[in-house]
Amino acid sequence: MAQVAVTSEPLDVHALTREVLRLKPDTTYGGADGAIATFTGLVRDHNQGRRVRFLEYEAYVPLAVRALSLIVDEAQTAWPTVRLGIHHRIGRLDIGEASVIIAATSPHRGDAFAACRYAIERVKQIVPIWKREHFEGGEVWLEGATADPEDEAAKQVAHRIACA
Amino acid sequence: MRVTVRLFARLRDLAGTGELTREVPDSATVHTLWRSLTAEMPSLAQYEGTMSVAVNAEYARMTAVVHDGDEVAFMPPVSGG
Repeated sequence: MAQVAVTSEPLDVHALTREVLRLKPDTTYGGADGAIATFTGLVRDHNQGRRVRFLEYEAYVPLAVRALSLIVDEAQTAWPTVRLGIHHRIGRLDIGEASVIIAATSPHRGDAFAACRYAIERVKQIVPIWKREHFEGGEVWLEGATADPEDEAAKQVAHRIACA
Repeated sequence: MRVTVRLFARLRDLAGTGELTREVPDSATVHTLWRSLTAEMPSLAQYEGTMSVAVNAEYARMTAVVHDGDEVAFMPPVSGG
């Protein structure tokens, strides 16, 4: 299993957590992990007043994998004791299914929580994945942020949210 | 020279295809290619201020020079997570 992935298979947060725990810790920090923080994003049954039937996710896969790796690098630079992994699902997802999972391990809980939160904020900013919402009465592409990994202001926003 | 164009999400719907090939002049930039695409398909132009671009699956700028065989992607604002 890879540290980052874009897949049409169902996501498994326990398997990702085991994978992240297996990554070799930086010996500078030596100590064993004291915390794992995980995040799971789920398909919700409502959005902006609409009753959602299901979502369809599309990705530019090779660039999405690169963007996820960049987010891992950014988080591990900001919180050097943290190791983390991110998997994003694509294709048709029904209500209640997991669309994204993140696992972050660290000697201390604060860094694990912060890195996990940072990672999901960055996913929403710079990973080339789109969701098409199929709701009762129609369907629509959702559009959020203009993806620009070099936008320092966006990076600062993610960092501020992570440390709030 | 010849480049492959990739379009995603609503841009793909507007164009009616996610992949096409186009001839561009030597030393063309991503912007040159975009101008010719929007001349052909004016509805794409609404994304000019909000889209991202990539060359060979790396984020790039509109000023990037394209080369024969390159894959150039135009992407609406993202909505993953």
